[in-house]
Amino acid sequence: MQVFGAILAQLLHLLFMLAAAPLVLGVTRWLKARLMGRRGASPLQPLRDLDKLLRKRPVLAENASVVSEAAPYVAFAACLLAIALVPSFARGMAFAPFADLILLAGLLALSRIALALAGMDVGTAFGGLGAAREMSFAAFAEPALLLCVLNFVILAGSTNLDLIAGTFRDGALGLRVSLGLAAVAMLAVAVAENARIPVDNPATHLELTMVHEAMLLESSGRHLALWEYGAALRLTLWLSLVAAIFVPFGTAPAGSGPLAWAVGLLAWLLKMGALCLALAWFESAIAKMRVFRVPEFLGAALLLALLGAALLFVSTGLA
Amino acid sequence: MLTLFALCLWVLVLLAAAAVPLGRHARAGLVVHAGCLIASVGFAVVALAVLLGGEPVESGPLPFGPPWAPAQIGLDGLSAWFLLLLGIAGSAASLFAMEGKAGGHPLPARALPPFPLFLAGMALTLAATDAFLLLLGFELMSFASWALVAAEHEKPENRAAARLYLVFAVLAGACLVPAFGLLAGQAGALDFAAMRDAPPEGWRAAAVLLLGLLGAGAKAGLVPLHAWLPLAHPAAPSHVSALMSGAMTKIALYVLARLLLDLCGPAQPSWWGVPLLVLGAASALFGALRANLEDDAKTLLACSTIENIGFITLGFGLALAFRGADLGPLAALAAGAALLHALNHGVFKTGLFLMAGAVLHGAGSRRLDRLGGLIHAMPVTALAALIGAAAAASLPPLSGFASEWLLLQALLAGWRVSDIGFQVLTAAAAAVAAMAAALAAAAMVRFFGLVFLGRPRSPRGAGAREAGRFERAAMLLPAGLTVLLGLFPGSVLGLAAPALQELVGPVMRVPARGASLAAGEGMTGYAPLVIALLLALALGVTWLLVRRRSPAATARGPVWNCGFIDPPPHLPFGDPLTQPGAAGIAQPLRRMLGETLLQARESVDMPAPGETRPGRHAVRFADPSGALLLGPAARLRDRIAGAAERMRHFTIRRCLSLSFATLVGMLALLAWLEAR
Repeated sequence: MQVFGAILAQLLHLLFMLAAAPLVLGVTRWLKARLMGRRGASPLQPLRDLDKLLRKRPVLAENASVVSEAAPYVAFAACLLAIALVPSFARGMAFAPFADLILLAGLLALSRIALALAGMDVGTAFGGLGAAREMSFAAFAEPALLLCVLNFVILAGSTNLDLIAGTFRDGALGLRVSLGLAAVAMLAVAVAENARIPVDNPATHLELTMVHEAMLLESSGRHLALWEYGAALRLTLWLSLVAAIFVPFGTAPAGSGPLAWAVGLLAWLLKMGALCLALAWFESAIAKMRVFRVPEFLGAALLLALLGAALLFVSTGLA
Repeated sequence: MLTLFALCLWVLVLLAAAAVPLGRHARAGLVVHAGCLIASVGFAVVALAVLLGGEPVESGPLPFGPPWAPAQIGLDGLSAWFLLLLGIAGSAASLFAMEGKAGGHPLPARALPPFPLFLAGMALTLAATDAFLLLLGFELMSFASWALVAAEHEKPENRAAARLYLVFAVLAGACLVPAFGLLAGQAGALDFAAMRDAPPEGWRAAAVLLLGLLGAGAKAGLVPLHAWLPLAHPAAPSHVSALMSGAMTKIALYVLARLLLDLCGPAQPSWWGVPLLVLGAASALFGALRANLEDDAKTLLACSTIENIGFITLGFGLALAFRGADLGPLAALAAGAALLHALNHGVFKTGLFLMAGAVLHGAGSRRLDRLGGLIHAMPVTALAALIGAAAAASLPPLSGFASEWLLLQALLAGWRVSDIGFQVLTAAAAAVAAMAAALAAAAMVRFFGLVFLGRPRSPRGAGAREAGRFERAAMLLPAGLTVLLGLFPGSVLGLAAPALQELVGPVMRVPARGASLAAGEGMTGYAPLVIALLLALALGVTWLLVRRRSPAATARGPVWNCGFIDPPPHLPFGDPLTQPGAAGIAQPLRRMLGETLLQARESVDMPAPGETRPGRHAVRFADPSGALLLGPAARLRDRIAGAAERMRHFTIRRCLSLSFATLVGMLALLAWLEAR
């Protein structure tokens, strides 16, 4: 029964995530437009875009290799597997034993590298430029992320996401300064990983300032749909990850029934709404920074996470 | 088992001897390298048998060696583990060399005899159970590989590389001989069992640590003794570079582990891990960053080797520290990560170097700026390179990710040593390791993207041909093993159980559960088989659903790139300047990290208005080891040489008094030693 529940929860989670991803993107865009005093497109617009792209015939460049055709699927599958590992409304899902934070980083790296290779496949200036910048940002985002993970490991004793979420929910950890610092660091990494302002501008059409979109210039039709959907999944994944670790309240514990799931889903929707609002507010409030300022932004995140870990070293040493 | 091993060793020595008279014969290369292939497979079989058997094997005393301590060979878990790596790398390299090409021409005859000797030297180093034989094998390995680095000595840069390589090889020998001498003690007991019974203490232990780090580190290419590696590895023929990067650096690390973790005994203090940790982290960072800036394919791969050597050293350092702090399971975790990464890196880096050789033979260049678009002309090479590069970029579910997962788990457990300095140090090392892994991923994207994707950048590159059948087989062997090692890391690590016992103590549990990896007692684990299956499932379902919704076939059209002008008529394959080159892809990281760490500088030479010469943009960077280590060393050499030169102008009286004073000094030393 327990196993059946876990599998059902996993399937429901995957369906919710797939349905929620375009909505998260649409709601964020809509909120941002409202905050800036515009009316904004409907939150359903990303869904309509995906439907339109899927109906179109993809056009590939003459010298495109098999990489251009395979990369969108690989990147999407890696994102899909990654998002299946992040708990949303319930813990103890079927994949929970595999939900390792380092594996999560590895799967995201897989999708990032597929994107970078697709950008370089045709040999255009923008694709190579975007790929170089994307890979360089990752060199600063990954150490910050790993130091956040170090904070969680010290408090929860494992890199398993389900275990971390459970410990932070049930354990009497109280409010920790280190967790606050790690939260700020993790949010900075999330902003960089999702190519949002101030690291990258998702709405830009000025080629020299863009990173993520520069690699997608040559893709069209279903390939572009997969890239866009994958990006939406990644945004949802990071917001869910932040919610699961730092705001674990309301999530149904392992082995619970549909009623607890419904409560968990409601809590998850509330948390995601709040995070979308926060993201939209943050993006409207600040400007995009120069590419070569990004290391400082992510370096600050790294130092915050290191400070959090150092505080934990001191407090565990005293205890 | 040892009979088979000795037989393989003899085959190699005989092949080397036979290669001297036969060298000019047309089929000599084929025969010699086929013999090397058979011997390497033999090594792998012996190593597997010893690892599966779990018991060390030892021969009786051999009629060989110094009179008071006859030499002995034997294989225990640790040496068998590295012998397995040597067997795999040696098989792939020998198979590749059976094609018989080097650069654009046939392999020179003088590159034949040292190759079997190189393999034999490495095998002898591993099988030695006493210091004499180990040093003999180590020096044979150094000398034979020097001859191979100098094989194409027509080019001045190869001669310079070989000279620098020889200097570092001599340094390694000059440090390892006294290190083993200190371990042997007054009695001069050279066999390892006697050394283990009398572990060094006090200043002697510290001296062994320092000399061992210098000696083995110089051979392995640890920062700051890495200056030779990016020069020597590219200078050798490709199959030799593969063996040097894949196997030889690991043999040096084997000597390091044998010396510091095994022979110095389990009672060494926790701080012993700190120098290894610091040097390993520095090597990882510098190697990965330099790999992003180099524009020669083999130099780039050599720099990536420095990075991975750093990771392995990091693992050994953590194992030493955990063992000293009585954290047995964590020490096993760290040592297991180091051993697994050594094997994984040895296999995929061998494949990548062979791939660079195939590209050199097929497309005529190693420079990234003269290649491009080779995935169309060399599909098999591109597949092997993609697998190797993805493993080097530590992507799941390939082998590189498995061992780096273990290593990161060990680093994340560093806070369990209750010393705040060490805790902060491991936190910083974890950040550096994560950055190095991400930098390695960037370097591999740049490498694969520039060589295989995009459009050709030179006419020669546009006319590339796929590699020959031996070369293709030789590249697919490590690529297939990389996939297998990635899917079954737990089973592979289970083989290393005897090696782990040697390193961290008798009661260790291997950090694996079935075919997957496990860290600690909880549910922290990595199951690559499940992940690979789920990934394949996600891929299949995505493909089915998307194709059902969008069945239209793809159309082909000209490149978009927001508008693209036609190439000029004299460049039929497209203007190479319209796509980013090696320096362009390196630009973000060069500015973000290279300016501070590697003194990277850009200079623009802009012609005055009206002038018709082209503007030039030059980029250069300098490894700090050149200014901080090689420069002062060269100045010191010049000063000593100058002082020695002055002695030649001494009068006969001063010459005689100098020799007399030396004689008196020696006699006084002898008298003092006798009196003690």
